[in-house]
Amino acid sequence: MTSQEMAWKIRKHALSMTYRSGASHIGPALSIADIVAVLYSEVLKLNPKQPDWQDRDYFILSKGHAGIAVYAALALRGFFPEAELEHYYANGSNLCGHVSHKNVPGVELSTGSLGHGLAVGNGLALALRMDKRPNRVFVLLGDGECDEGSIWEAALFAGHHRLSNLVAIIDHNKMQAMGDCSSVANLEPFEDKWKAFNWRTKRVDGHQHDALRHALEPGLTQDSPTCIIADTIKGKGISFMENNLLWHYRNPSEQIVKQALEELEQGPNAQ
Amino acid sequence: MRNSFVDTLLELATSDPQLCLITGDLGYNVLNRFYESFPERYINAGIAEQLMTSMATGMALAGKSVYTYSLANFPSLRCLEQIRNDICYHNCNVTIVSVGAGFGYGSLGMSHHATEDVAIMRALPNMIVCSPGDPWETVAATRLLHQHGGPAFLRLGKGGEPRLHATLPQLAFGKGLCLIEGSEVAIVSNGPILSEAYKACQLLNADGISCALYSLPFVKPLDTELIEKLARSCVLIVSVEEHSIIGGFSGAVAEHLAGLRDRRAIQIRIGLQDRYSSIVGDQAYLRQVYEMDHLAIYNKTKAELAIS
Repeated sequence: MTSQEMAWKIRKHALSMTYRSGASHIGPALSIADIVAVLYSEVLKLNPKQPDWQDRDYFILSKGHAGIAVYAALALRGFFPEAELEHYYANGSNLCGHVSHKNVPGVELSTGSLGHGLAVGNGLALALRMDKRPNRVFVLLGDGECDEGSIWEAALFAGHHRLSNLVAIIDHNKMQAMGDCSSVANLEPFEDKWKAFNWRTKRVDGHQHDALRHALEPGLTQDSPTCIIADTIKGKGISFMENNLLWHYRNPSEQIVKQALEELEQGPNAQ
Repeated sequence: MRNSFVDTLLELATSDPQLCLITGDLGYNVLNRFYESFPERYINAGIAEQLMTSMATGMALAGKSVYTYSLANFPSLRCLEQIRNDICYHNCNVTIVSVGAGFGYGSLGMSHHATEDVAIMRALPNMIVCSPGDPWETVAATRLLHQHGGPAFLRLGKGGEPRLHATLPQLAFGKGLCLIEGSEVAIVSNGPILSEAYKACQLLNADGISCALYSLPFVKPLDTELIEKLARSCVLIVSVEEHSIIGGFSGAVAEHLAGLRDRRAIQIRIGLQDRYSSIVGDQAYLRQVYEMDHLAIYNKTKAELAIS
């Protein structure tokens, strides 16, 4: 499956899962769909038959509210049957609204409260380096999440200790729960902040797969962690959801989902 | 007590190459022996307890046996959600070590008094909560927790606590240790305040009251078998802790007693009332002011016996 196909399927699943369950957070899931697709189709070393394979790369979704994109990617990679996605958010299901590792093969860390993932990623990266293991650690963060002080504790440590096996990817859609990031707590100059914490920083279009692929290539740094600031669009792929904060929370109606799926029916390469 | 911990940790690190220690930039002149012996397994997270705790989780997920180390409330309350969501939910092999139980850092003030930590830590699923009563118990508990390999909170005295056991006790999860036999009254004590409980027990016995003394280093799992036995055989159980009387060791004992049908004993709780410690003083002074020193334990026990 190409990354484009996977991103397309993630978006379709995300819409159906959100609609069926009455859940929220479709906007953030669409925002990270391309990043997650590139990671899960081409970048991460994984073994769906053996989720705890010791040579695997580690992926942490720190912005756990966008978990439907990761659940869909894991199902598409064969970690569990795609049919299980139909039970997302339902009573008795393993798939809760914020990404959870309990009984979900392939999820390394349960998140939901923001600001935890990068520091856990630090610990993984440090332990792997201590053991001279080549595995890499990827942590996907939200830009609004970077309001959390714990992110900067982790950023300081990783920069100081030159955790070159650690990659932070920031889903920079410039919106958070109650408004634009720039109006809540301005993150700019965002790249400079990470550089000042001794991270190698790259800025890419978070919906351009080639650019993401290139930025995520291994071996680009020997002596510093990497921060990829991925410029994204909340609600990407569904015209009327793009850059619309409403879809951070609102559950789409049947009519809205029909419209959205019609847009996606144009195929994986239509974006 | 903290030196007994470090000695034991050094012994464990020698046999377990996965053992790592993370400090939140505290432990000057205490952790240096660990750093000198195992520099590659010693990490200073900086003054960043949230990082320390989540990072310990990541290291444990990669196969390490991790100890986080700091003072009083810093490794527990400052990073509570990281303990809850990361360490405990993922059932990670992390032991949280807090030095300065209760008023251990007396004159430093309220910020450095660990007086609610046990109540909060014991509410977390998967968490073992242990506060040893003397240096010997510290050695035994540190070894036991390492074997356990799951989330644990190890609450230690600052240092200089007397040895109350003659030798290394046989410690088991959820088991108390008898220091003084007795039949009428039972003092059950958690943590370094055991020395005050010990003196109080001696005073009561000198008055002709048959008083037993038990140290229960584990608040969770609690020695419920012992509590049941004492509840049926004694008239009074005196629970002692250098901590709020709400929700901690006394709370755990009371919760268990409440469900017993045929108990004889009532319980009195010795500890900090529902208040902050705002008076300036060293540990001995604050124990006296807040009525948990040996005389307070003795007087409250006598008063209760006079009523009943």
